Amino acid sequence: MRWLFIKDLQILRRSPLLVGLLIVYPIAIALMIGFALSSPPGKPKVAFYSGVAPGKGTISFGSQKINVSDDASQLLQSITPIRVHSREAAIAKVRSGEALAALIVPADIPQQIQSLVSTGVGSPTVELILNSKDPLERQFADQAINARLADVEQAVSKQVLRVAVSDLQQVLNGGSIQFLGQNVPLLGLRNSRTVLRGTIASLPPGSPLRVALQQVVGFADLAIQGLSFATPVLGSIGTPLTVNRTELAGSTTPTDAYAVAIAVIVSLMFLALLLAAGMLAIEREEQTYLRLVRGLISPGRLLSEKIGLAAACAGGVTLVMAACVSAFVHLEWGRFPLWMISLALAALAFGALGVAIGALAREVRAASLLAFLMALPIAFVALVPANAVSGGLHAVLDAVAFVFPFKAALQAAGNAFNGSAPGIGWPLLHLAILTAVFWVIARISLRRFAQ
Amino acid sequence: MTTVAATGPPSSTLTARSLTKQFGARTALSSVSFELSVGELVAVIGPNGAGKTTLLSILAGVQRATSGEVTLAPERIGWVPQQPALYSKLSVAENLRLFARLEKLADTESAVERMLTQTDLEQRAGEEVGRLSGGNQQRLNIAIGLLSEPAALLLDEPSSSLDPRQRERLWTFVGGLAGRGTTVVFSTHNVAEAERYADRVIVLADGELLFIGTPPELEGTVGGDPRDFETAFVRFLHSRGH
Repeated sequence: MRWLFIKDLQILRRSPLLVGLLIVYPIAIALMIGFALSSPPGKPKVAFYSGVAPGKGTISFGSQKINVSDDASQLLQSITPIRVHSREAAIAKVRSGEALAALIVPADIPQQIQSLVSTGVGSPTVELILNSKDPLERQFADQAINARLADVEQAVSKQVLRVAVSDLQQVLNGGSIQFLGQNVPLLGLRNSRTVLRGTIASLPPGSPLRVALQQVVGFADLAIQGLSFATPVLGSIGTPLTVNRTELAGSTTPTDAYAVAIAVIVSLMFLALLLAAGMLAIEREEQTYLRLVRGLISPGRLLSEKIGLAAACAGGVTLVMAACVSAFVHLEWGRFPLWMISLALAALAFGALGVAIGALAREVRAASLLAFLMALPIAFVALVPANAVSGGLHAVLDAVAFVFPFKAALQAAGNAFNGSAPGIGWPLLHLAILTAVFWVIARISLRRFAQ
Repeated sequence: MTTVAATGPPSSTLTARSLTKQFGARTALSSVSFELSVGELVAVIGPNGAGKTTLLSILAGVQRATSGEVTLAPERIGWVPQQPALYSKLSVAENLRLFARLEKLADTESAVERMLTQTDLEQRAGEEVGRLSGGNQQRLNIAIGLLSEPAALLLDEPSSSLDPRQRERLWTFVGGLAGRGTTVVFSTHNVAEAERYADRVIVLADGELLFIGTPPELEGTVGGDPRDFETAFVRFLHSRGH
């Protein structure tokens, strides 16, 4: 088997264009898929519960009233809201998978904001509950809500700031306010100081009032200086809302690491499938298969050699790829042995699928084409988000994904790269079982080679 | 009915006993028996679908007979398939070296040298097989079949893709092998080639062995005055209902 392995490497070495394409093409495709999937478009379905009664979303600030409900409605522009009538119902929607997240606005949010803008005390909080089962979906919902939340915060703080600054300017410079339907003139601190200075100047020297009024002028000076600084300080009320995030399904895979896992597994899949399928089919195309299995090597060992070759090449290339990408995206080097194990088992499973294709197709061109045509659907079936299709269709896609190595390989690699849920044991076992199953299919299909 | 000529082999190398091969309901070979001697050159001839390739495949151990037996173990039989079974991206020497290693020969390099010399391919040792002519590819194909110095060599239509000059060189080479004691069995569509080079011919039709004997003996079975061996062969088939 060693000599066949060396022979196959010699053949690959003498086909530099083919090998170059085999490496560059899947990596390019993988990177595109990985990063495209890491920023999915569209509006996520979010369960929305607001405890604020209609008409109760107004807060008083200074001389004016602000309706925070109007600003909060902006939140709904970036999501497809599923309106519910309680916090529990919102959480249930997330648990059932009907919604990617739940956004819960407490009944006392106007009072919380009122307290913050009036006294500077308090932290108005809305609740965001995310379904963390799928990192892409989690990021999708989180990004959409966060972006809009920033808009709401800005709108509220702008209104607060505008009212506060307006009132302060009147305190400083004078003006008029509406009070009980009457237009009441305000003198303002600066005018008051001028009036006082005029009054002091008109008083006889030694008048006891002069000292008292000087003290009032001193206070006015301090107040004018202090309030002049207050305007920029008000700008600090830029983030009046706090989001309390909860995730329902334990720890998660960071999205960047997940994109890397997708890119690595897509590359590995292409390489292992095409190499295994092509290198087995070449034995028939070169008419050497019968010569080999006539006592030089058993068909089973020949299959194992091809799987091993494909796994070694694909596993090696993608391990290097992951190591290089880790310079830009955080992957846990402490789990490097798990990187190797997961990529090795994934490569073996894809190699076994590749030889099954090679044994069925028999010719190199047909085997390569078939491997190529199968590769992308295998990946896409495993990557379709649960929320993107109906429940029934998703169950069918799940079943299809189960019989191919992509999903298990992705779970194993995702876990290996950063230790996220749902664990590495089952995916590795799944990959080992798939390797055995495809080996058996290939072995049965090889009987056609002898005909 | 099988016709066996009176001339028998002096010392047998390869014996087939009642070889039968069924593909479902179709019988590809029907109770074929013969005995071949050391250094004998035997042609297997017959119309298309007669079972020639099936017979050689069973003798080579590539296919299993439904029933019957072959006395010589496949390891002692060299097999040369109809199409060159070579790695076109490897050189002549690399192909020989690979198969010598897979055959687990004790001295790989001397076996490679020996076959390069025998097939007169020393000058082409480093050349990529894909760039060789059909004739040279066929010589290498045969050389690989001979690597383990088998007692018998099976050639499946070895001259079918060669030009006359290449054919001549092939048969000179094969004749030399037989002269050195290797039993050679080859299948061919070219009846004249069988008459010219074979010591004996095996005639198959529809999986049945109709005749085994020398070419003159085959001509003798049809009587009259056939113009050539091919005419005699066709008459023979007609006389047997084929």
